[in-house]
This record gives sequence, C-alpha cells and structure tokens, in this order.
Amino acid sequence: MSHRNNGKSLGRRGFLKAAAASVAGAASATMLPGTARAASRGEELATLHNLAECIGCGACVDACREENSFKFPEPEKPFPTMYPSRVPVADWSTEEGRAVDDRLTPYNWLYIQTAEVEYEGETYEINIPRRCMHCQNPPCADLCPWGAAGREANGIVRINEKVCLGGSKCKSVCPWKIPERQTGVGLYLDLLPSLAGNGVMYKCDRCHHRIAEGEVPACVDGCPFEVQTIGPREEIVAMAHELAESMNGFIYGETENGGTNTLYVSPVPFELLNEAVETGPGKPHLAQVKDMMGQDENLGYAAMLAPVAGIAGAALTLAGKARKTARKAGDGEEEA
Amino acid sequence: MNRPPSWIKRIYIVTVLALLVSGLAQMPIFKRYYVADIPGLGWLAQYYLTHQIHYIAAAVFMALTAYVAVMHLGRWNREMRVTVWGHARNLLVVGIIVTGVLRTLKNMPWVFFGPDLVMIVDWLHLGFVMLLGMLALAVLVAKGKRYVAKA
Repeated sequence: MSHRNNGKSLGRRGFLKAAAASVAGAASATMLPGTARAASRGEELATLHNLAECIGCGACVDACREENSFKFPEPEKPFPTMYPSRVPVADWSTEEGRAVDDRLTPYNWLYIQTAEVEYEGETYEINIPRRCMHCQNPPCADLCPWGAAGREANGIVRINEKVCLGGSKCKSVCPWKIPERQTGVGLYLDLLPSLAGNGVMYKCDRCHHRIAEGEVPACVDGCPFEVQTIGPREEIVAMAHELAESMNGFIYGETENGGTNTLYVSPVPFELLNEAVETGPGKPHLAQVKDMMGQDENLGYAAMLAPVAGIAGAALTLAGKARKTARKAGDGEEEA
Repeated sequence: MNRPPSWIKRIYIVTVLALLVSGLAQMPIFKRYYVADIPGLGWLAQYYLTHQIHYIAAAVFMALTAYVAVMHLGRWNREMRVTVWGHARNLLVVGIIVTGVLRTLKNMPWVFFGPDLVMIVDWLHLGFVMLLGMLALAVLVAKGKRYVAKA
C-alpha cells in the first residue's frame, strides 16, 4: 500500500479551478448499466464510495447545494414564541448559517470528513463524504409518529417537508443523528406553533427528483474523480467486496444498522477512521452500529401472532366448557 | 358462567393504559413538557424503549381482544348483546388493530409500503385512538349508556 496524502495542499475552490480545465466535458457520473431501469422497476439502489480516490475537493458538496437549493427552507420570521421556553430554536437561515459547510445543516446535506491515520507504518489522509446512509430498514421512517419520514422502493429515505412537524424524533433515533432542524417553516405553523412542532427536519434525499428522471444524484455527477458509483444494491455490494479485496481494504455501511444503501470502501480500518474524524452535532461517527430495529422486529412478530394465541385460548376454553356440559348431561341421563 | 370474568376487565384497563402512555410517548412531547424530568419517568423519553413497550402491550391487547371476541360469539352472547355504543367501540378497536398491524408489518425489513400509505396508516391509527377516547368519554359522561346489555 502506498502513502496517500490526497490533495492536502489544494484548497477546495483552488482545486476545482485546476481540475475544471483537465476534466471539463468528461463524463464524471458513474452509474452501473441498468441502474435507471432498476430504479424505474422500484429496485433498491445503493452508492459506493471509493475513499481511496476521494481528495476532499468538495465538488460533491457544492453540487449538492446547487442542485437541492430549491428545497432549502425559507423560514418565516419572527419565529412563533414556543412553550415551554426550553424548546430550542434551530435557525440556520442566516447568511452565516447558510454558508456552513463543515457539518450537516438544513442547508448543507453533505460534507467532507477528514481523517489522518497511521496504519501498518503508512500515513493516510482519508476524506469521507458524509450524508444520510439511506438505511434499508430506517428507524427514522419506522418510528416517525406522523408518517413524515418514509422509505421509497428505490432505497431513498426521504422526509416529507410538507408534513414534517420538526419534532426531531428522526434525529434522536437515527444511529448517525443525520437530520437537521430548521425552525419557522412547515406545517406546524398552521397547527399549534407555540405548543407543538418546531419546524422541519432536513437531510439528503439522494436527489430523488434526479433519480426519478433516470439521472444520478448531483454528488455522484459532480465528482471529478468518480469516487462514487450508483447501481442496484446487489451489484454495488459485490463491487464493494471486489474493491475492498483489491486494495486489501475495509467496508462500512453494508451491515451497519442491519444494512444501508451507502457503502464506503477504505484502505484503512473504519475503527481507526472513527477515532480520527471529528464527531459531534452535525458530524456523524463511523462506528459499528447494531440493527436498531432488530429487537422491535422480534416483538413485532410476537404482537402479530398474539391474536392466534387469544383465539386458541378461547377455543380451548369453549371446548372445555362444552365437554363439561356434555358430561353433566350424560351424568343426568344415567341418573334418570 | 356465560359472562366475562372480572380479570379480563382488569387486564384490559392496565393494557390500554400502557398502550396509551407508550403511544403518546411516540410523539416528542414528554421531554418537551417536563414529564420525563420527573424522577422515575425518564424512560418516557426513550423512543426505542417506549416503542417496544407499545408492541408488548399491543400483543396482550390483541390476544385478549381475540379471546373476548371468540368467547362472546361462542358463549357470552347467550346472556349479553352488544349495544350501538359497543358496536362503535368494536369498530374503532378493529380499526386501531388493523392499522397497528399494518404499521408493525411495515417495520419488518422484508415488507415495503410506500411513504404515502404509511402516512395514511399513521394518521388513521392516531385518528381511531382519538375517536375511541371521545367515545369512552361520551359513554362515561352520558348516563345509562353501556357497551353491552342483557340479551
């Protein structure tokens, strides 16, 4: 394995300018054959990030912002007074707030994490584009009490901004705490703005509008180094294993939280990356994640089978009583 | 005996209470309104835990409901008949169970329901519960109204 210090000396904008000349006009989107057809058939799509190729230029971040700006919140101000006073106002709509690009915000659905790590005597600088993992069984969609978060057949996990009340439960139950709230926007303003709700939760929707048109997400399209590939999940998983094997590397996202549709392949273990990246609000970790809905699944089976137990119990009770009545009737006849 | 034994009513009350509290806890209100700050009630703000309690209480509720339904059809209806209020309650309970089961099914990794359908199921589940609460209140307040009467 070679020492990697990916483009560290180049700033994002500077790099883009330099790269633009060399890659102008070149096809940068990486989409497996049959992806559009698979998407139209409602098959699950996944993305693969080859972290060995990412230099952290941020072209994907810029492409994401530009493409999705029409979805960004435009809150009404002043915000309604909320009760009780402990309810936090989340406002990213100021000029400075909108410009933040080193974490996830309602205006920044993708950002680059950087980790400098030593592994097997080599120094690596690994850049990791972070956004929603698009889980296969997403807790945000499973546990949203209002039906605002949903999973689509093509694997996109999306928050319906027309319905979301901004309660932030999706963020609380998300293993990576991905969704971010903007106060002063959304349905809650028309209901009980002071007493319930607090805006709308925002996160990557994997450019659902582009996928619907047979196109790839803006971050995939905008990457000059084809770091990302999108395709049917089975093929992406196979590709991730092949890539990991070729670089003697590691995979993240295949089994985390029971499986996600965002797979990362890195030449260094994710445990090391997780220790090296900055985590905190809007900055997700890279730790192992158990299947958060696993236990609920077992209880769900128990709940759905419960009526059978009730019916069986009643049938046995009725049969017992019938036998008792018949016995009594038999005894009566004998006595007669 | 052709009437429901009293233990059924007692289990129902405890189960419905557990469903109501764990169901309300699915909304982010207990923390906002300081309820989870009360010593011993912090668990009300733990979404995974309250969701699992909801599933367990739902299992007991559905088993009991199925038991009562079969027992009523097989035996208790000789002495008891369901009133209009009782039919209204039964319909709402069926609605709550059907939407609850659909929502539980949807949470299985091998089942897919579209987001719009999930939203409708969620809203119906919540709506049926609210109607059941209103019905229970009406029956409680209005004198002489009962869910069942002598056959």
